[in-house]
Amino acid sequence: MASVVKSKKACTVNPLKMSQPVGGALAFMGVRGSMPLLHGSQGCTSFGLVLFVRHFRESIPLQTTAMSEVATVLGGYENVEQAVLNIAQRTQPSLIGICSTGVTETKGDDVEGFITLIRERHPELAHIGLVYASTPDFKGAFQDGWAAAVTRMVETLVEVPTGPPRRGQVNLLPGCHLTPGDIEELREIIEAFGLAPVILPDLSDSLDGHIPDDFTPTTLGGTTLADIAGMGRSELTLAVGEQMRPAAAALGAKTGVPYVLFERLTGLVANDAFLMRLSELSGRPVPAKYRRQRSQLEDAMLDGHFFFGGCKVALGAEPDLLYAVGSFLAEMGCQIAAAVTTTESPLLERLPCDEVLIGDLEDLEQRAGDCDLLITHAHGRQLAERLQLPFFRLGLPMFDRLGAAHQLTVGYRGTRGLVFDIGNLLLAHGHEPGPDDWRLAHEPAAATLAAD
Amino acid sequence: MSTLSSKIQDVFNEPGCDKNQGKSDKERKKGCTKQLQPGGAAGGCAFDGAKIALQPITDVAHLVHGPIACEGNSWDNRGAKSSGSRLYRTGFTTDINETDVVFGGEKRLYKSIREIVDKYDPPAVFVYQTCVPAMIGDDIEVVCKAASEKFGKPVVPVNAPGFVGVKNLGNKLAGEALLEHVIGTREPDYTTPYDINIIGEYNLAGELWQVKPLLDELGIRVLACISGDAKYHEVAQSHRARAAMMVCSKAMINVSRKMEERYGIPFFEGSFYGIGDMSDSLREIARLLIERGADAELSDRTEALIAREEARAWAALEPYRERLAGKRVLLITGGVKSWSVVAALQEVGLEIVGTSVKKSTREDKERIKEIMGEEAHMIEDMTPREMYRMLSEARADIMLSGGRSQFVALKAKMPWMDINQERHHAFAGYVGMVEMIRRLDLALHNPIWQQVRTPAPWLAAEASNLRSLDVAQRNPGPSGGTSPDLGVTACLQATA
Ligand code: SF4
Repeated sequence: MASVVKSKKACTVNPLKMSQPVGGALAFMGVRGSMPLLHGSQGCTSFGLVLFVRHFRESIPLQTTAMSEVATVLGGYENVEQAVLNIAQRTQPSLIGICSTGVTETKGDDVEGFITLIRERHPELAHIGLVYASTPDFKGAFQDGWAAAVTRMVETLVEVPTGPPRRGQVNLLPGCHLTPGDIEELREIIEAFGLAPVILPDLSDSLDGHIPDDFTPTTLGGTTLADIAGMGRSELTLAVGEQMRPAAAALGAKTGVPYVLFERLTGLVANDAFLMRLSELSGRPVPAKYRRQRSQLEDAMLDGHFFFGGCKVALGAEPDLLYAVGSFLAEMGCQIAAAVTTTESPLLERLPCDEVLIGDLEDLEQRAGDCDLLITHAHGRQLAERLQLPFFRLGLPMFDRLGAAHQLTVGYRGTRGLVFDIGNLLLAHGHEPGPDDWRLAHEPAAATLAAD
Repeated sequence: MSTLSSKIQDVFNEPGCDKNQGKSDKERKKGCTKQLQPGGAAGGCAFDGAKIALQPITDVAHLVHGPIACEGNSWDNRGAKSSGSRLYRTGFTTDINETDVVFGGEKRLYKSIREIVDKYDPPAVFVYQTCVPAMIGDDIEVVCKAASEKFGKPVVPVNAPGFVGVKNLGNKLAGEALLEHVIGTREPDYTTPYDINIIGEYNLAGELWQVKPLLDELGIRVLACISGDAKYHEVAQSHRARAAMMVCSKAMINVSRKMEERYGIPFFEGSFYGIGDMSDSLREIARLLIERGADAELSDRTEALIAREEARAWAALEPYRERLAGKRVLLITGGVKSWSVVAALQEVGLEIVGTSVKKSTREDKERIKEIMGEEAHMIEDMTPREMYRMLSEARADIMLSGGRSQFVALKAKMPWMDINQERHHAFAGYVGMVEMIRRLDLALHNPIWQQVRTPAPWLAAEASNLRSLDVAQRNPGPSGGTSPDLGVTACLQATA
């Protein structure tokens, strides 16, 4: 439906996009005892760290190979080896997830080769998982980095199954547009059908903001390596978001586990399909709890549609989030008047609007002038102020609000929450008519007349 | 690249830095930063430092030449405040792509500058070099020169790609860019014998404004603050100041010293943190100005103002003395803050149980000893795990640090206060000191501490087997629910 356009500007103004390596690093944070490692100069890591700390308000495990100028020219084997050894010694991780950066990709470091060499030279590290994802900063965006890291984890850590599938075990591959709160919600839904999900990556266990009994320098929780290894014994893989298709396919190719991809889990119909699938798989009826939630969502949609109907929305988000929320808003009667995103995705052209632009927040600002609502991550705050638009924060980073990790957009319950939160915002910013609102175009305003 | 490396050598050769002068030639070449440890380090890069130092110039467009990582992951994250233009808060980046990496990004850079000039018409554009374009050989100096000529506007190259070193080096390279391209390029409309520069103050959370009213009252004009709440033309004409204060940091010492050398502007190093230091700084400013031709009566007026403000501040602090006496503070911060803040805290009777000196110079450490005595607890390097242990064992009552380690304290259920650059509260001058103590008191005495430190009631119940069995029997728990009682039952079964 939509035509996908790329911004022609040379200069990006007010970036909407974040880089691939930090997306990859976040994926690694969903594994228990994990330490993500960016292979690059230290600043890249430091910025990533600050970004996540501000968003999640949690300690963030993230390390760097600290490539200096000289090391960059000579190649980074020593730095990678040193980093792995230091991390192994200092933090005793179960997994070190390595992401490349623009610096090391420009040089062309063969990190896969480095890992083979490290394995040879250091048999004492055999118990530590080493996974490498190629994530150059000068290509793609955050969600591509996340997708790459998950795919590589599947390829390296999942074992080819030796026995039959375990009854009731399912894999859940959530895209990076899902918050820890979203993942928790999905886990509960799946478990309500008596199914046992293995979630990769599981941020709901590692970055959900809880107080641990002891301090660990690696991740606080997340999927265990053993669980990941056993993902091949699942009956089915549920992937959420188009970005997870490669990972789901890789899992299928390696283990034979079939997958279903849910492009979104925001909205009534989307969740109906999800629950139907779970019901079929488990052979159990949809639990009463969700029947009730569904009817609550219906009621919320009925109450809310007055305010959403005809509302012009300016939306800036990564493709999967854009698609999920954009489609849902359209279902509520909104008009997606401006849509800006960060990277390519087959979903973009299926968005219910005329045009999707791969661009920045300046582009969104130019298109949002006569909109009624702005939805994007926290960086939209400046443009919301300039345009005096009601502003709903969605996505990462959300550094100026509490509880970003628990924002809910999936399930009947999450969708209902969105109806209320966005609806209330629209309600609060309703337009009060003034005497000049319906003035005819050719008739000069009274004030001007008097002034003349 | 060669101009950059000679500039770095020049910066490393800082004669204003005693530590540096104590080194052999060979050592000095290595610079003032330790080689970074892969897998054990995570500070900002030189680009980060350069941006921190210059971004507070508010009416300039700050354009980052590089892939999305450098700006996309970091923009809009600093609290430098502006009294006017908001352009400095706009994120500009060339966001170079694969094609640029292969064929070079100079063209995109040039076009980007043109777009910025067309759309935003700033008085100047600052262009920041980052690692990837530096690797592929993009010459930003040449592009900036061409753009500057073409568009008739200063386009200032800031050559500090991240991988040449740490933040601190980036601060200095930013200073070099100002010295080379900005300072001295414009004449002020008029000058007075009361004109000063403040160097190395970034107006974080508006701290400059906590000090400026005092200077205003004394009739002292800030000709330029480098770079807090500065406008481009102010920096450009800063060479006409009579004296300068370098704000308690060696970060911009090269700027202070070279301005002294080139333009005969004497400077001193002072701090706006703490009552005593604030007063000393005011005295020093007055002294230098009088030396350079201001009327001697400035000294009396300064003393009168100091007496009045100190009395006011002490009176405001009085109520806190009793509440804070004997409370122990763990201070985890870099560089000069390790001593400038220590002095401030001790003024109200807080006990410093440890201060990190990881990023401090030898001189900083001397100052700490001076203030805290020979027994000063200087912490060279503390892992988060050790910090956590220290706090959970309650060997400190509160931790002061930068935002990144705050959760180490909070997870240990201990109070924490931000004293680094992302902080939201201004702590400078007399009013800032009072605010800092007020905030510290609020953090320490918040009623939440008692609640969050009390264990869940069922833990006590669990301790007595009998009682919890009883609970488990009475509440079998709804199916599929996750009530805490179920947890108790499961627990008992597991241990039975
Ligand atoms: S280290 Fe280099 S690539 Fe990384 S953020 Fe700093 S300037 Fe950018």
